[in-house]
Amino acid sequence: MARVQVHLWSGLRRLTDGAEAVEVEATTVGEALDGLIAAHPGLEPLIEAGVSVVVDGEMTTSRHQKIGPENEVYLMQRLKGG
Amino acid sequence: MAKDEFKEFKLVGTRPDRPDGLDKVTGRARYGADISAPGMLWGAVVRSPHAHARIVKIDASKALAMDGVKAVVTRADFPTGLTGDAWNLQENTMAGERALYDGHAVAAVAAISKTLAEDAARLVEVEYEILPHVTDVDEAMAEGAPVIREGAADATVPEGMHPNVVKYMEFGRGDIEAGFAEADLVKEHTFKTEAAHQGYIEPHACLGQLGEDGKGEMWVCTQGQWYIRKMCADVLGLDGAQLRVTPSEIGGGFGGKTTIFMEPLPLALSKKTGGRPVKIVMSRSEVLRATGPTASASMDVKIGMKKDGTITAGRAEFRMQGGAFPGAPVDMALYCAFAGYNVPNLEHVGYDVLANRPKCAAYRAPGSPMAAFAVESLVDELCRELGLDPLEVRMKNAVKSGDQASYGPKFGSIGLVETLEATVAHPNLQAELGPNQGRGVAVGYWFNHSGETSVSMAISEDGTAQVSVGTPDIGGSRASIALMTAETLGIPYEDVRVNVVETGALGVNEPTHGSRATFASGKAAVEAARQAIGEMCRRAAKEWGIEPEAVEWVDGAAQPAGPNAGEFPPMTIAEIAGKMGSTGGPISGHHESVPEGVGASFGAHVVDVEVDPETGRTTILRYLVVQDAGRAIHPAYVEGQYQGGAAQGIGWALNEEYIYDDQGRLQNPVFLDYRVPVASDLPMIDTVIVEVPNPGHPYGVRGVGETGITPPLPAIANAIQDAVGVRVRQLPISPPRLLAALKAKG
Amino acid sequence: MSKIHVTTKVNGDTVEFLADPRETLLDCLRDRLGLTGSKEGCGTGDCGACSVTLDGTLVCSCLVLGAEVQGREIGTIEGMGGDDTLHPLQRKFIEHAALQCGFCTPGFLVAGKALLEKNPNPTEEEVRYWLAGNLCRCTGYDKIVRAVMDAAAEMRGEAA
Ligand code: FES
Ligand code: FES
Repeated sequence: MARVQVHLWSGLRRLTDGAEAVEVEATTVGEALDGLIAAHPGLEPLIEAGVSVVVDGEMTTSRHQKIGPENEVYLMQRLKGG
Repeated sequence: MAKDEFKEFKLVGTRPDRPDGLDKVTGRARYGADISAPGMLWGAVVRSPHAHARIVKIDASKALAMDGVKAVVTRADFPTGLTGDAWNLQENTMAGERALYDGHAVAAVAAISKTLAEDAARLVEVEYEILPHVTDVDEAMAEGAPVIREGAADATVPEGMHPNVVKYMEFGRGDIEAGFAEADLVKEHTFKTEAAHQGYIEPHACLGQLGEDGKGEMWVCTQGQWYIRKMCADVLGLDGAQLRVTPSEIGGGFGGKTTIFMEPLPLALSKKTGGRPVKIVMSRSEVLRATGPTASASMDVKIGMKKDGTITAGRAEFRMQGGAFPGAPVDMALYCAFAGYNVPNLEHVGYDVLANRPKCAAYRAPGSPMAAFAVESLVDELCRELGLDPLEVRMKNAVKSGDQASYGPKFGSIGLVETLEATVAHPNLQAELGPNQGRGVAVGYWFNHSGETSVSMAISEDGTAQVSVGTPDIGGSRASIALMTAETLGIPYEDVRVNVVETGALGVNEPTHGSRATFASGKAAVEAARQAIGEMCRRAAKEWGIEPEAVEWVDGAAQPAGPNAGEFPPMTIAEIAGKMGSTGGPISGHHESVPEGVGASFGAHVVDVEVDPETGRTTILRYLVVQDAGRAIHPAYVEGQYQGGAAQGIGWALNEEYIYDDQGRLQNPVFLDYRVPVASDLPMIDTVIVEVPNPGHPYGVRGVGETGITPPLPAIANAIQDAVGVRVRQLPISPPRLLAALKAKG
Repeated sequence: MSKIHVTTKVNGDTVEFLADPRETLLDCLRDRLGLTGSKEGCGTGDCGACSVTLDGTLVCSCLVLGAEVQGREIGTIEGMGGDDTLHPLQRKFIEHAALQCGFCTPGFLVAGKALLEKNPNPTEEEVRYWLAGNLCRCTGYDKIVRAVMDAAAEMRGEAA
């Protein structure tokens, strides 16, 4: 597995020992989310409640989407609309 | 997508009559309140007159003693043990221990007529113990404010904050202090917006039936029948698949009909009456008191700018209350705050705060209009002080495709620069302005959304096509989906019928929200059509005895692909469909996914106003909306979205607001006092559709519904300053408020 | 409470119904006669979705009691077109995309027809003021006003 950097919003620092970006072992979006929870269990309720993952500027729609070290991965609050 | 895929289209981009037009101009279209059922009862809701009160006792004996009254439900009739969002929805549907806002439901009655149900509701006796309340966001998070609910905060809230703060967020980049130090001018102000209601003209209405066996049916006006199904099932402890939800035609939603308010009550009442159908139709005052308006906001913004207009740093701290439950769109607001600008140093801080007001719901680009009001107003103030042209400054700092967005990730394909170029070129900018007249500009942004989507399509025996979609048609999406399906199949627009179907007919669909119907259902319909085309090519190939790969689909017919494939005359869709029974059975296509490739949309608005210095009344003289649509499938309905969004923004800017008295009671729950724009308040609304195709959609579509409500709030404030030299940092800029500001200036 | 027997004409047809003394004409049209084309947006006379004509005068049917219409003549959206033709306003509303959700549309059409009967050649301003009692939350009124002006032009025999 490759190491992927996941950018968080900085308000989560309290739950990630101060880190604003966390490196996890992952080849898919789902593994990255699971990896985040494993590294920082405090994130679990927030991730379970629903977050958006943005890979290279695209909102991902599947946990199975492949990602690698070359991708830019951002965790965001869940987006919807009116 | 390769550029050449955007070739000439036969149908996409044309303006045919909408398929449901005839039903809607003859009064035949059936909306939420228009359906009745055999044996039907009417329901009415008992609502709290207090902003915050403990419910000591509910005595329904007098109501139940009336001839023709069939049932009363209270919270005691609902399942217990819910958590999270399900609990919030249940608590909002029917108050438990405490009424949390003026209008909160505490009981509901079913009777054999509407008048009887209303009479019975008045006879339900509720004993309250009034508690201290708070309705203002800043007061709600101040020390000593009444606590709405202990323990409602999520893990993001640092210790030591008031328990009414239920969510906290911060993010940013760069070095904010260094950024401000680099600037030639730094300005900082506080901005406030009041809650506004979506104001759809159709009140919520729902006919529900639920038997002892847990099987139920609903006819309801909603933006999303599957959301209604899941939420009602959660609140009432039912199995989702046992509930069949049919969406009526919908008389506007704008986000407000993506969730439930009273919708579980007909079901609960029905169950208590042995399964008789029960209809509840809200009154306008119930809609305003007890369905979700947007959040109210209090916002501090600080921006640094160089003399040449370069923005060096920005800071936004937003506090929003979304009623007595978590969910104010403070996160979205912060994401949108600086989205149009390339700013190296940014800091965003946000608070979601509880207050004794109705549970907020999404409203068109939720959060973005408030953010724009604060940021775009302050940018204008900076431009004014530095003597810079506001459109040039926006162009100078504009984000482009691939830039890192203010909220983190990089942008996909976006068209802000093209939008600004089209704005600058518009003749409205050359119009002369007279005394007390002024011009304002502002930019707005919305992400747009995809979401779970399921579409099925079937070819009829005569070669016409039906498409089943799960996204209710609020503003012409049947027309745009029919256009894309017909374009793909190569058949006339009139040969396609698009049906919005009930929950039993398709897989799960998210609502028509997030400007997604034409994008997501449209993309899925194109995929479904392509599947059917594949099947029709295979059938033609069999008929001709050639390989399916040697067949191509052109203009609604299968034909051999090139001379090597063989010499056969084209086989039309009607010929293939006519033989479907003897060539393999029905021909259809379907598509289920969360479509990828959402395209975000920027818009720029220019407004000219005239202020009457005697009365403080602002008149809109000219209004221009320029927005990137990706590609306009049916341009008339794209223009309609632009114009409708602008009108709602104008209302929010100038008149609409929730007014509470010191008891926490809503003072203006009627249209006479909650004043939405009328025809004589507005001029024609000029539109320019910019088309920077979205590579993530087969026809280049971006969502267009939401962005348009965002720029009017600041654009109007900016125009008012231009006209009379006063800056109003609180909405609405109603005549009394503007008059006071003019007097203060002297 | 005992009900009142009412005989009246709706769109040219004689009809009868029993009205609760508190029921509005709008309630009676919708719930007693099954004419659900007229809509209730407010019930207080502020939105115009319930517009009908009563002896030729434009009224908000939510402000009229059902019991008041004994022996009167009511015109609703259901009677606007001919048997197999649309009124020019109805056609122009579709052509101009003057409706989005369509909930306000019956009220605008009934009010628009009353306007053109009084004033076949209204200015834009006159159209806007005449229709100021009808709320539309979807369209921003632009296309509605255009559709009314265009229908008026057509009815006057001018090429659009
Ligand atoms: S329902 Fe009659 S005016 Fe609104
Ligand atoms: S079209 Fe929706 S209210 Fe007018």
